[in-house]
Amino acid sequence: MAQLDVREKLEILADAAKYDASCASSGTAKRSSAGQKDGIGSTEGMGICHAYAPDGRCISLLKILLTNSCIFDCHYCINRKSSNVRRARFTAKEVVDLTLAFYRRNYIEGLFLSSGIIRSSDYTMEQIVEVARSLREDHGFRGYIHLKTIPDADPLLLEAAGRHADRLSINIELPTVAGLARLAPEKDSTRIEGAMGALKSSIEDGRDAVKRYRSAPSFAPAGQSTQMIVGADAATDRDIVGRAASLYDRHQLRRVYYSAFSPIPDASTVLPLKRPPLMREHRLYQSDWMMRFYGYRPQEIAAAADPASGMLPLDIDPKLAWALRFRESFPVDVNRAPREALLRVPGLGVKAVDAILATRRWRRLRLEDVARLTRGIAKLRPFLIAADWRPVALADSADPLPQAAAPREQLELFAA
Amino acid sequence: MPLVRLDAEDDSDGWRAAARALALAEIPPDRISWQVGDAPADLFADAPGPLPPPVAGAQFGVPRRFVDLAESVILHSDPQRFSLLYAMLMRLRREPGLIGDEADPLLRRLEDLAKSVRRDIHKMRAFLRFREAPDDDGEPRFIAWFEPEHHILRANAGFFVRRFATMRWSILTPRGSLHWDGDTVLEGPPASREDAPEGDPIEAVWKTYYGSTFNPARLKIDMMTKEMPRKYWKNMPETALVPGLIAAAQRRESQMIATAHAAPPVHANAAKALEALREEGAHCTRCPLWKPATQTVFGEGPADARLMFVGEQPGDQEDLAGHPFVGPAGQLFDRALAEAGVDRAAAYVTNAVKHFKFERRGKRRIHERPNAGEITACRWWIDQERQIVKPALTVALGATAAHSLLGKAVTLSKLRGAPIALPDGSEGWVTVHPSFLLRLPDEARRAEEYAAFVTDLRRIGERVAALA
Ligand code: SF4
Repeated sequence: MAQLDVREKLEILADAAKYDASCASSGTAKRSSAGQKDGIGSTEGMGICHAYAPDGRCISLLKILLTNSCIFDCHYCINRKSSNVRRARFTAKEVVDLTLAFYRRNYIEGLFLSSGIIRSSDYTMEQIVEVARSLREDHGFRGYIHLKTIPDADPLLLEAAGRHADRLSINIELPTVAGLARLAPEKDSTRIEGAMGALKSSIEDGRDAVKRYRSAPSFAPAGQSTQMIVGADAATDRDIVGRAASLYDRHQLRRVYYSAFSPIPDASTVLPLKRPPLMREHRLYQSDWMMRFYGYRPQEIAAAADPASGMLPLDIDPKLAWALRFRESFPVDVNRAPREALLRVPGLGVKAVDAILATRRWRRLRLEDVARLTRGIAKLRPFLIAADWRPVALADSADPLPQAAAPREQLELFAA
Repeated sequence: MPLVRLDAEDDSDGWRAAARALALAEIPPDRISWQVGDAPADLFADAPGPLPPPVAGAQFGVPRRFVDLAESVILHSDPQRFSLLYAMLMRLRREPGLIGDEADPLLRRLEDLAKSVRRDIHKMRAFLRFREAPDDDGEPRFIAWFEPEHHILRANAGFFVRRFATMRWSILTPRGSLHWDGDTVLEGPPASREDAPEGDPIEAVWKTYYGSTFNPARLKIDMMTKEMPRKYWKNMPETALVPGLIAAAQRRESQMIATAHAAPPVHANAAKALEALREEGAHCTRCPLWKPATQTVFGEGPADARLMFVGEQPGDQEDLAGHPFVGPAGQLFDRALAEAGVDRAAAYVTNAVKHFKFERRGKRRIHERPNAGEITACRWWIDQERQIVKPALTVALGATAAHSLLGKAVTLSKLRGAPIALPDGSEGWVTVHPSFLLRLPDEARRAEEYAAFVTDLRRIGERVAALA
């Protein structure tokens, strides 16, 4: 193979990494290079998106593969063995140099490194760890590092990865076991979850150690995350929400990312060839948010889905869908209701609810007060009682969908 | 009218000292004119004079939140910010708790100002781009040109010091400049764009990354411009690529899909794909119908069939046997196909809904029609089957199958007997379901309908041959 220069490799290996949804760089330990003699970088809790791509996604990390060669043949993956794409491979040093050069110019927050599997899982994992080690030890890099780990690599390598990285991830790939068996015959869901479980304990141990001895090395301070592909197997939204909830529970994940399956060049016949179901992906993120910040249980999200098809509505958000199915819980009195009840009002976010509770200590809120605390009052009105406002009880209302948002353009992806 | 002169646009100490003295002297907000540096004064303002003398022993406490809020708001470019803050301060003197009245209009206005300042600070951290240029001593210096909207430059210095402590850098803006030599931050005068270097060789590499990392199948331009407003674009090298990327995206995406569709059917692969799909389908729980049924009844036939028949759902016998179209309706179907001269063995035969739906009456299981939700749930399977087999012609037998194929409830009689263009470019036809014929009580009517059914099948057979 002719030698490819770094730019050409970057083109291939960034392109190959773009199907991975995770790119966030937040929630890690605070670090700074102020007062240091050498090294570079800082993290301040909140990650920064340094640019946005025309697909609306944030660019915060240099997200690349070490190589897009792979000994596996997963059908949903463009890098699979049988795919007819151009292959390339970075050396560890090239990745380190690129990361530093981009970081110095304030293009990125750090590195997200993943890789196709070459030779063996251990060999590949070693190379990934070497990049992180070199950045941290040879160059004093204090920016963010996210490493994608390989589930069946040697635990010692995972241990080393966790010492250098802020976040580790293992992709669950597909929400159903049957889907994984069909689309990634060489991957095994038990092994994947086993590795997640092991990471969970290492992260917990690391946290304990840091609490006890200040000098203890931290282990993946930004925790672990995973990704599942939506729309390539038969999983319904109900299945996906259930799977995500059990992953959060069992392995204490920081985030579950959903990636709407995109058509890939040189696709396998086993796959749908439609545009990615972006609106569906969006609804899943909304339902994820409801579980993490609004106190909904997974069964409640499932109850917002269509009972027969198990799918969340695409034309309205899941919080509104839940409210419309459980009309008897509304309207909610802004001047009296507890926090949990207010959080369930469609259109009221956590910030607005906290502001309402604070204001309540001073006076009774009128509708216009609520309006000042939220984006729009029109959507909220049927669900609220305020000092000067009492709506027709929703349960009695003949109108099936108050203020249902006009169907968006993406909806046509799902029609005939 | 007292005139207060502040040293600089972001002089929050100056504002604080003046506001404190004025508030203690009970000067009402509308009597004060605030001014920065030697900008021309308000026409009706007094010449700047000494602030009111300190009031002996006066207590002055304000809530912590207000202090923080004021610190942000001062950085805003709105000239009214000083007096708005002062008005809030005067109210809080009387009732410090009012800072918790989140719905208060003045507090909301101040919070909005603070929010846009915080956003500007964040965007500067995000969108500022350094370019490398040699310093006087030949060592590298990183220089950025940025145009903030508010007076945030000084307040934001700490971030860049913490992050780039071991680099030498300069940040130039129209409102002032900062220079870091590894030890101290020096402030300099406002700069102009020409003072910053023109380019940096790494920029080309960065643009390569930017262009490759986005997925053309997911174009979401509104999202992008919401988070990265155009006003920042002119100083970000990568944004020059955006129009080209967008223009190429649609083309790249349809190319991907077209190449995949046009790919010569690899039959070995298609048969394997169908087999794997059938295996996955055996575990389907997409709708509640899987529970009472015996098993999933998947489609059958050659993976390269040119003709696909879609029935409604398995019946009692199919449910037990695990194969489609083996019961009475299936036998009738076979006979009609034979009469019409269509080779059943060459066709792929499947159902819109893959599980038997029934109601139990004594010992018998009576067929029940699937509802729209179930049809939609099960469409996932039939869509996959059609994508793998890629039939030139798909025939929906009965209303349920037509609903599934066309994605909406339709009237059979209106569509029967003519080709329907399907979105994937192939052809669809509809006719009755054979079980409809079995249910007709009237002998003559049955014969008539049967003949019509055979006619439909014959035309379909001819059409497939013509399409080949
Ligand atoms: S009827 Fe279809 S969607 Fe419902 S469980 Fe059976 S196979 Fe799945």
